[in-house]
Amino acid sequence: MIEFEPVIGLEVHAQLLTNSKAFCSCSAEYGALPNTQTCPVCLGHPGALPVLNENLLNFIIKMGIATNCKIREISTFARKNYFYPDLPKGYQITQYEDPICYDGFIEIELSETERKRIGIIRIHMEEDAGKSIHDLDIDTLVDLNRSGVPLIEIVSEPDIRSAQEAYKYLTSIKQILLYLGICTGNMEEGALRCDANISVRPIGNSKFGTKTEVKNLNSFRNVEKAIEYEIQRQIEVIRNGGNIHQETRLWDAASQTTRPMRSKEFAHDYRYFPEPDLVKVKVSNERLDSIRSSIPELPLARKQRLIDQYGIPHYDASIFVEDHNLADYYEHCCSYLAVKSQKTFKLVSNWLMTEVMRILSERKIDINELGLNPKFVAEIVDYLSEDKISSRIAKDIFPEVLQNNMSPAKIIEERSLVQISDSSALETLIDEVLANNQDSIEKYKSGRKNVFGFFVGQVMEKMKGKANPKLVTEILRKKLDD
Amino acid sequence: MIKYSDFLKKIQNKETTCVDFTKEILDKIWENRHLNIFITVCNEKALAQAAESDKRFLDGNPRKLEGMIVAIKDNISTKGIRTTCASRMLENFEPIYDATAVERLMAEGAIIIGKTNLDEFAMGSSNETSYFGNVLNPINNEYTPGGSSGGSAAAVAAGLCHVALGSDTGGSVRQPAAFCGTLGLKPTYGRISRWGLVAFASSLDQIGILASNADDTARVLDVISGSDAKDSTCANISPSQTFDNLQNLPEKFTFGVISNKLLNNCSEDIVRAYDFYVEKLKSLGGQPKEISFTNPNIWIPTYYILATAEASSNLSRYDGVRYGFRAEGEGDFVTRTRSEGFGMEVKRRIMLGTFVLSSGYYDAYYTKAQKARRLIYNDYNRIFNEVDVLLMPTTPTPPFKIGEKINDPIAMYYSDLFTISANLGAIPAISFPAGSPSNGLPIGLQLQSKHFNEDILLQLSNALLK
Repeated sequence: MIEFEPVIGLEVHAQLLTNSKAFCSCSAEYGALPNTQTCPVCLGHPGALPVLNENLLNFIIKMGIATNCKIREISTFARKNYFYPDLPKGYQITQYEDPICYDGFIEIELSETERKRIGIIRIHMEEDAGKSIHDLDIDTLVDLNRSGVPLIEIVSEPDIRSAQEAYKYLTSIKQILLYLGICTGNMEEGALRCDANISVRPIGNSKFGTKTEVKNLNSFRNVEKAIEYEIQRQIEVIRNGGNIHQETRLWDAASQTTRPMRSKEFAHDYRYFPEPDLVKVKVSNERLDSIRSSIPELPLARKQRLIDQYGIPHYDASIFVEDHNLADYYEHCCSYLAVKSQKTFKLVSNWLMTEVMRILSERKIDINELGLNPKFVAEIVDYLSEDKISSRIAKDIFPEVLQNNMSPAKIIEERSLVQISDSSALETLIDEVLANNQDSIEKYKSGRKNVFGFFVGQVMEKMKGKANPKLVTEILRKKLDD
Repeated sequence: MIKYSDFLKKIQNKETTCVDFTKEILDKIWENRHLNIFITVCNEKALAQAAESDKRFLDGNPRKLEGMIVAIKDNISTKGIRTTCASRMLENFEPIYDATAVERLMAEGAIIIGKTNLDEFAMGSSNETSYFGNVLNPINNEYTPGGSSGGSAAAVAAGLCHVALGSDTGGSVRQPAAFCGTLGLKPTYGRISRWGLVAFASSLDQIGILASNADDTARVLDVISGSDAKDSTCANISPSQTFDNLQNLPEKFTFGVISNKLLNNCSEDIVRAYDFYVEKLKSLGGQPKEISFTNPNIWIPTYYILATAEASSNLSRYDGVRYGFRAEGEGDFVTRTRSEGFGMEVKRRIMLGTFVLSSGYYDAYYTKAQKARRLIYNDYNRIFNEVDVLLMPTTPTPPFKIGEKINDPIAMYYSDLFTISANLGAIPAISFPAGSPSNGLPIGLQLQSKHFNEDILLQLSNALLK
């Protein structure tokens, strides 16, 4: 049987977090009452003219630099003409022949050691349309708050070879957008949208097969599922002797399938032509330099640095860089450590990934909303690393640290929770415990080794958890086994 | 025709007040209503503005255009005053904002007397495509006033305002100025903000000024020109200062004369007037020089491809969804709204423009026309390296009769032969009255100059009109 490989390219639309819309000064904020953020420009009133929001330009240049694109010194806007009730002007202002960013790439991680480069054909600026609301009995209603909200469209090369790679590519794009602070990355709110161009070809063939475009991918998981479905569908059609038709298909999340769009829904001749109401976009070298210097360290580079600098495993670093705030937080904690070593760095990492992130997921908040002073995490780790407290004590006091915003050092000192590592004091206590439990000693000696845990428990209870468990084990073993 | 400086004298001599004068004008508009010049007359608002102007005069702090009566072409946005574009589509449309030009006029004390009739969406050369009926030429009612700013030209000619704003995409200010015997200035593209000018062809549209004399034209240009943050195609330069420079005509200047071949597209009357004004310009210190265009035959096709392409897109917003006319009945109302809301000429141009932009035809028409436009633009750059101004006919013929060309669009389009190139070249041009040789009907000639050199056009018009 012939094996097939998929060839996939993604078109990602990202709504930019500018304060105002792309071509007017209306607020671009999400979630306001319908049609309250509008003006003659975004309503398409007669005689109104667009003026480019300079921040849109700065944001897209950021994205272009972050994805290794070339930035065009002079680019133009074009009109894409079509009729739709939520498109007030009857055309969308976009870029066509000369997008501002082109010829770039990003890298995705296939495994801990293997990276793959996905080419970016172009990134261009455009404006969003309004929103049609069909699911009301009365009629179709139109909300034009979204009309004119700035978008960028990021078009990849057909370099993606599996649904999983597509998923990784999309999450990498989202991470970059988040790191640059130019998009919320929220697919459910439509701040990030994705269409996939998919074809399959027999492995070893260099010619592309006929592609279909799959739309309506409204979550990260659906992107993966829809692509997987479409790949299998195409392979099946070809294996059954059929042909793939170039068409646009819609992902139906309910049935988990793709179906062809009605031809009426996409049979457009958009009649692109240069937008005569806007002047050419010129990007000066000064502007480029100043934006370049404002670009933060990007996720993949940061991950590598965390691994190199702190010696933490790839897994830990991946978790942290997923949310740049968390990565920032991790580094803050480490900076407050009294003893900076690979051991303490890993302890911080463990502490964040277990205790802290558990609370984050319980409360569904991010690290900045938790309001936990990173210094406190460092204090706990310092006590732990020097065996001054047991991890039991650490976990016990943590809720108090969090709730009362209290320094763990203060709690530990005030309640003298520092564990006892004085072996002579422990020996006296252990002798006492042994003396009171002769029958258990017998059991132990007769081979029931699990009784050992009972002795440890007894000692710890008497010490209210403050005994150094390592030391206790050591002394107990010596006394019982000798 | 009336002149603002005469009015100012009367005010100074306390022979009239702004309110009295405005009332006089309103009476005259009523008496001349058969000319169908105005779509909307702003009686109450105008009188309120006049009262404010009287107060200003009394207080001794009049603004630059205090009490000047101005008519506005009805494709220029006026807040709270319906702006119809002479189309059924916008028959009852009241804008929520003022055009920059209107805002600046009012800020300097001008009184908006009303909104003038035009060809629907400024598409036409005779004012016969208006949904509100055609305008009669005040000089002879059997003739058209020209178009598309026919109402504005007729308002000036009939003395119903000091100054009128028009718009000029391919000659729509200059041709009616010529037909009605007024001055008509189309400034450089980017001289006056287009914010609020309802777009016909964005890369060609420019607000223009119609008046009886250069003095009033200059006053208004200086007020409404200058950069505007709301229009990025508006040049980022300070307002013109033509009024102060009006008397500073250079002692010597050079002027271009077109070839006989090109001039032979004109009727005898026009040729005779042309020759007469060559002599007149010489007598003002001008030195003539024959100039040549690469190929004037490309002007009209180039214009009608680019203008209709842009128009087809600009007029897409009239779909009945948000404002304006909406067709009755069930189902898809967009198609019916556009079929019923637009007139024949507008639909013709939308279809032409849609055609030239459609895939498979784009390069053959639109791309080629863009290249042709570049040639015309370069022609002008070359010509104005050689001469200071260029003398051109405004129209190939004197005014034509109502009904004469309306059923022959190509003949109608050719009446724009001499005006179109200035829009394609983005240069300033002015049509001045050049006598009334045939049946007392006026004809106009045109002066053109390099970008942003409105000064010399107004200086020469001023000298020629004396």
